[in-house]
Amino acid sequence: MEIASGPSTDSSAARTIPIDSSSILDEFKQQNLPACKPVLKPSYVITTFFLLGFIFLPIGLTTLCASRTVVEIVDRYDSECVPGAFRGNKVSFIKDSSLPKNCSRILKVRKHMKAPIYIYYQLDNYYQNHRRYVKSRSDQQLLHGLKSSNTGSCEPEESNNGLPVVPCGLIAWSLFNDTYTLIRGTKKLSINRKNIAWKSDRDRKFGKQVYPHNFQNGTLIGGGKLDPNIPLSDQEDLIVWMRTAAFPSFRKLYGRIEEDLKADDVIVVHLMNNYNTYSFGGKKKLVLSTSSWLGGRNDFLGVAYISVGGSSIILSIVFLLFHIKIPR
Amino acid sequence: MIRKVVRNSTMSPSKRSRLEKKMDKVIYLLFSMLLLISLVTSIGSSVVIKSDMSQWWYLSLEDSDPLFDPSNPSKSGFLQFIRALILYGYLIPISLYVSIEIVKMLQARFINKDKKNMEFRKCSIAGFSYGGNINEVDIAASKRMNTETEAYRCSIDQSDTTSQSLEMSEFSVIDIIAQQAILRGHENADNLNARNSRLSDVRKESVIKGFNFRDDRLMNNQWIYRSDFFDMTMFFRVMALCHTGIPVEDGQTDKLKYEAESPEEVAFLIASQEFGFQFFQRTHSLMTLKELDPSSGKQVKREYKLLNLLEFSSSRKRMSVIVRDEDGKIYLLCKGADSIIFDRLADNGGAYLESTTSHLSNYAEDGFRTLAFAYRALELAEYEEWNSIFTQARTTVGPEREELLEHATEMIEKELILLGVVAVEDKLQKGVLECIDKLAQAGIKIWLLTGDKKETAINIGFSCSLLRQDMKQFHVCLSKETESKNQLKDMKEEILHQIESSYQVMCQDNNKDSPFALVVDGRALEIALKSDVRGQFLQLAVNCASVICCRVSPKQKALITRLVKKHTGKTTLAIGDGANDVGMIQEADIGVGISGMEGMQAVMASDFSLPQFRFLERLLIVHGHWCYKRISKMVLYSVYKNIAFGLTLFYYEILTNFSGDSLYDDWYMVVFNVFLTSMPVISLGVFEQDVSSDVCLQFPSLYRQGQRNIVFSWSRVVGWILNGIVAASVIFLANVYIFSAAAFRQEGHVADITQFGAIMYTCIIWTVNCQIALIITHFTWIQHLFIWGSVLLWYIFALAYGALPPDYSQRGFNILTESIGAAPLYWVATFLVTIAALLPYFTHIAVQRLLSPMDDHIIREMKHCKKDVTENQMWVREQRNSQRSTQPSPPPAAAYEAKISQAFSHMDNRQDILGNDSPEIIRWLCNLSESELDMLIRLKSLILHRAKIIGHDELAKNFDLPTLRAIGLLLMEYLKGKVKDLSQVQGLTKLVAFPECCNLLKGNPGEDSSMEELKACIGIDERKRPTKRPGEEATKLKKQRL
Repeated sequence: MEIASGPSTDSSAARTIPIDSSSILDEFKQQNLPACKPVLKPSYVITTFFLLGFIFLPIGLTTLCASRTVVEIVDRYDSECVPGAFRGNKVSFIKDSSLPKNCSRILKVRKHMKAPIYIYYQLDNYYQNHRRYVKSRSDQQLLHGLKSSNTGSCEPEESNNGLPVVPCGLIAWSLFNDTYTLIRGTKKLSINRKNIAWKSDRDRKFGKQVYPHNFQNGTLIGGGKLDPNIPLSDQEDLIVWMRTAAFPSFRKLYGRIEEDLKADDVIVVHLMNNYNTYSFGGKKKLVLSTSSWLGGRNDFLGVAYISVGGSSIILSIVFLLFHIKIPR
Repeated sequence: MIRKVVRNSTMSPSKRSRLEKKMDKVIYLLFSMLLLISLVTSIGSSVVIKSDMSQWWYLSLEDSDPLFDPSNPSKSGFLQFIRALILYGYLIPISLYVSIEIVKMLQARFINKDKKNMEFRKCSIAGFSYGGNINEVDIAASKRMNTETEAYRCSIDQSDTTSQSLEMSEFSVIDIIAQQAILRGHENADNLNARNSRLSDVRKESVIKGFNFRDDRLMNNQWIYRSDFFDMTMFFRVMALCHTGIPVEDGQTDKLKYEAESPEEVAFLIASQEFGFQFFQRTHSLMTLKELDPSSGKQVKREYKLLNLLEFSSSRKRMSVIVRDEDGKIYLLCKGADSIIFDRLADNGGAYLESTTSHLSNYAEDGFRTLAFAYRALELAEYEEWNSIFTQARTTVGPEREELLEHATEMIEKELILLGVVAVEDKLQKGVLECIDKLAQAGIKIWLLTGDKKETAINIGFSCSLLRQDMKQFHVCLSKETESKNQLKDMKEEILHQIESSYQVMCQDNNKDSPFALVVDGRALEIALKSDVRGQFLQLAVNCASVICCRVSPKQKALITRLVKKHTGKTTLAIGDGANDVGMIQEADIGVGISGMEGMQAVMASDFSLPQFRFLERLLIVHGHWCYKRISKMVLYSVYKNIAFGLTLFYYEILTNFSGDSLYDDWYMVVFNVFLTSMPVISLGVFEQDVSSDVCLQFPSLYRQGQRNIVFSWSRVVGWILNGIVAASVIFLANVYIFSAAAFRQEGHVADITQFGAIMYTCIIWTVNCQIALIITHFTWIQHLFIWGSVLLWYIFALAYGALPPDYSQRGFNILTESIGAAPLYWVATFLVTIAALLPYFTHIAVQRLLSPMDDHIIREMKHCKKDVTENQMWVREQRNSQRSTQPSPPPAAAYEAKISQAFSHMDNRQDILGNDSPEIIRWLCNLSESELDMLIRLKSLILHRAKIIGHDELAKNFDLPTLRAIGLLLMEYLKGKVKDLSQVQGLTKLVAFPECCNLLKGNPGEDSSMEELKACIGIDERKRPTKRPGEEATKLKKQRL
């Protein structure tokens, strides 16, 4: 055994070999690269939590404010728009095409609504995200029309009477076909139904030369019909509908009102209640909403930010107290 | 030879690490999770299909679709089950297996590249053979890397711990060297050794490798003036001629180098060269010596005709050459094991027998390997007669050849005249001692399996601190009479009795600190390993801190390794360098071959090959610890990552009525494990260092984390699974609530399934990549690049994918540029979800660090605050705390401390003795040898005693421990007569700052304690082997102290 002289030097250090080249490659090979080694010191933990709270609370407040500026009118009409005689059997009412489907609703504007005001229809308990439904479309056909034969995915609405259907598939077949007319006072509010779909959809996904063909000609008629003289790229209702929703309860853009609605305005909605949601107990709602920089009205984000920020602050205080009581 | 190898070879078992085996179980757990949620999906799906799906006209279910068939919901449910299995397959981290293989390969690369392991590469042979082996080692090493992290027990073959370079050879020529001379020879040699090791690189001319003997009466040709020079000459001739070596030109000096079968022979040749018998040429039948002529004192060249060579074999235990010198005289020169030679002495050949025997026993006690030299002068006629017999025997073909040869050699190798014995020290390789100490601190139990005889083995055990004086030794061996009777039943009973009595002693003493050591003899082992005694034997052995098995055969080595592995379920590591270790190396969980002088068999069979034993320390304690941490963190993280991803798919299924639709684009799913999250995992697996290598070496006990498997315990696995579930839930719920119903852009657009999927996917990418950033504790630019690069890569991918024409990108067309990227809500939501998903984990680790931090956390924090520099005491305390935790096998340092407390226990105040208990002193104390500590304690008590007598108790305080040691060293020199007058020693008065203290020293020691007592106090005459405490050390020490 070697006698250590004086306070011992580190045995490992003593045997360290001088690394001749300190190039990056060498440091890399020796796993000696300069490294940042963060350590969870109590002070860091406290600071982190505090900073999180400090950042989250303002963001939360801002987003909550943005959400609160949005004015939203929601009106459920699916049961109200069925005549009293058919209340017990709504499905037979909706399936009987000879019955008039028109219906009027009165909406009251509580707060001033600034243009543009978006009109949505909202369907609940409608599974547009069902696999069978989602798959049942042919993007090729939507873009190239009859030229495309790649429509196998469109089953069961691929062809009718031996002729291909354009646009094929369940999604197009079940197109929503309620219509709304809004009247303020005596004057009809103009609803802009252009530019409600994504631009890329109109330009790149739905053919400008593709016209509806043999659509809704079968024995079973699903939803709305399409004007065979308008190319698909201009059928924005269809384009919006074809963007399948992610949730069983979803809104879809119907149009825009490009004038302000003042508080206490009364709006009469004349609507055609054509679409069958009664078979599966789905609800239909009409939604008028303004928008903020964050979109529609949704307090969740702000509340979530504030609660996360708040709990961070609380945690930082807890850790601080702990640290004061039992310092390292 | 081949047959022997075959007989000793064993089947090589599969080597999978405990971690890997546990990983399999984790995969089973995940698979059952997968089955469970698939089952939930399929049941949910059947229920929905049966109850109300038929009313969903928009699905047009009249057209029968087997997956959604209301008339046959159970069939649909089954099909949905299979679809779910595939869809949720992301729960199973298949990519992990790929990542682990890559990581292992890279880890092995880095271990090979480690300069501190590769120092030896400068040495040509070892380095080259290692280098040549690298490709093989890579694969093997990577396979075993994590096993190695858990190594529990090492079996070390003696031949590994001792370098074969024989840095020191001892010579005893009978009748010449008195005991005292040997002692001094020792001391000088040790001196040289000490210097040698310090100057390891700068070789001084005076130091000859392989030769470490200094005695004026023999060196520098002084021996020729002795009366018995003929015997001396013959002695050196045996040394120079009886071998199979060949000389190699050195080029620079006139001294030659040698190559021979065994390192001993090389040592002998070098030694004989030093004594003036230079063996410088060998032709087919001619050996030429440059030999010192005793009469003229000049070098003369002499040729010896080699007539016969009777080879060495392990059964013969001797080798002989028959040579004819220039005068025509024929000699048989023989060297061999002492017992063999002594049996073959002529009646008048044992002139030196008595003194030789006493020397022999001395050498054996000192742990040297001994060989006896003898010769016999042959008459020509006698030789001719014998030679014909021998030639006939040699030319015989058939099974009786061996026997005939044996018989022939027996005829000539008799009536020998004893010349003397040579003691060869198998010197421990550099750094073995520290290495074993560190390994013991790391909680690794070390077994020494050696073919040497018991005394040698015990000595080696002591010299490499496997055995210590404070250990209680159990010996299991057969008594002579039982052995001679050779009755199995008796032997078994005897062994069983010994084992049981040892075990009883152990049980009784269990509460005490003293560890146990077990020494087992080869024959005894053979019986102890028989199936009915095996259990008790292993129970005893496992409870011992060190186990030494001597005279074991290669087969037994493998057997022991296998039994220990099977019996205890612990991970075993075997390290060896010879062909006889191959079985053991293959049998152990980790086999380490030392590419030494004994060929490549061990290296070929091993998982790792090292050039020297001491590199095992770095391999295990640094790389082992790292790799364990890396792989386990990697596995846990991969489990987390895949759960976080896979579960969101399941959650979304609930929203789609279990229809089996996937939220994400197929391409997102593909790239998730392949590109977007794989690189950070690999960087974690390859570059993570929870503590730096220096700290690993300072705290070997960190290695125990691997043994106890605390990073990969079930609670942690479950914890990470929970973390994954929490993350998936947070991500999913938050996104659903943020994006459902209302518009997500100012333009009034509502998110559809594709956009929602892309948003959620972004959140997952951010979360899992930030999660790995929380796990990684060692950030170099590589980690930063991989982690943040992965996040960036997702955006790049989304951009590129969106830029493809819609025919290819379909739903993902322009996704980032047109829809989600332009929505502020997307970015705000990503930020919230990422933080919220990580917050539970972050809080957990913050609380954990606060309340029950693990060792590495504390060390890292201290290192971070530079506490190791500023508050050394704390650092050292931690270091020692960690050492203490490695009971029941206390490392020497801890043992010393125990000893200090024990020695000082009878004194009132321990503080008194230790004086200024500064951390430096404590640390220094830990590095002292036991005997030094002993000396210090006794000196201190002596001083206390003296101070009491003269009535100035407080004076004793002035002698702190370093001062005491300096005084002790001086006293020793004084006793040896080297320092005549203590007052002449410069600086002694300064050393002890107070003149009163000097009075204590100057007082005649004989006044109240005899010289013997004083000697006893200093403890020099207690040790058989003088301790290495040369005078220069004292002066050096003084210089440092002052």
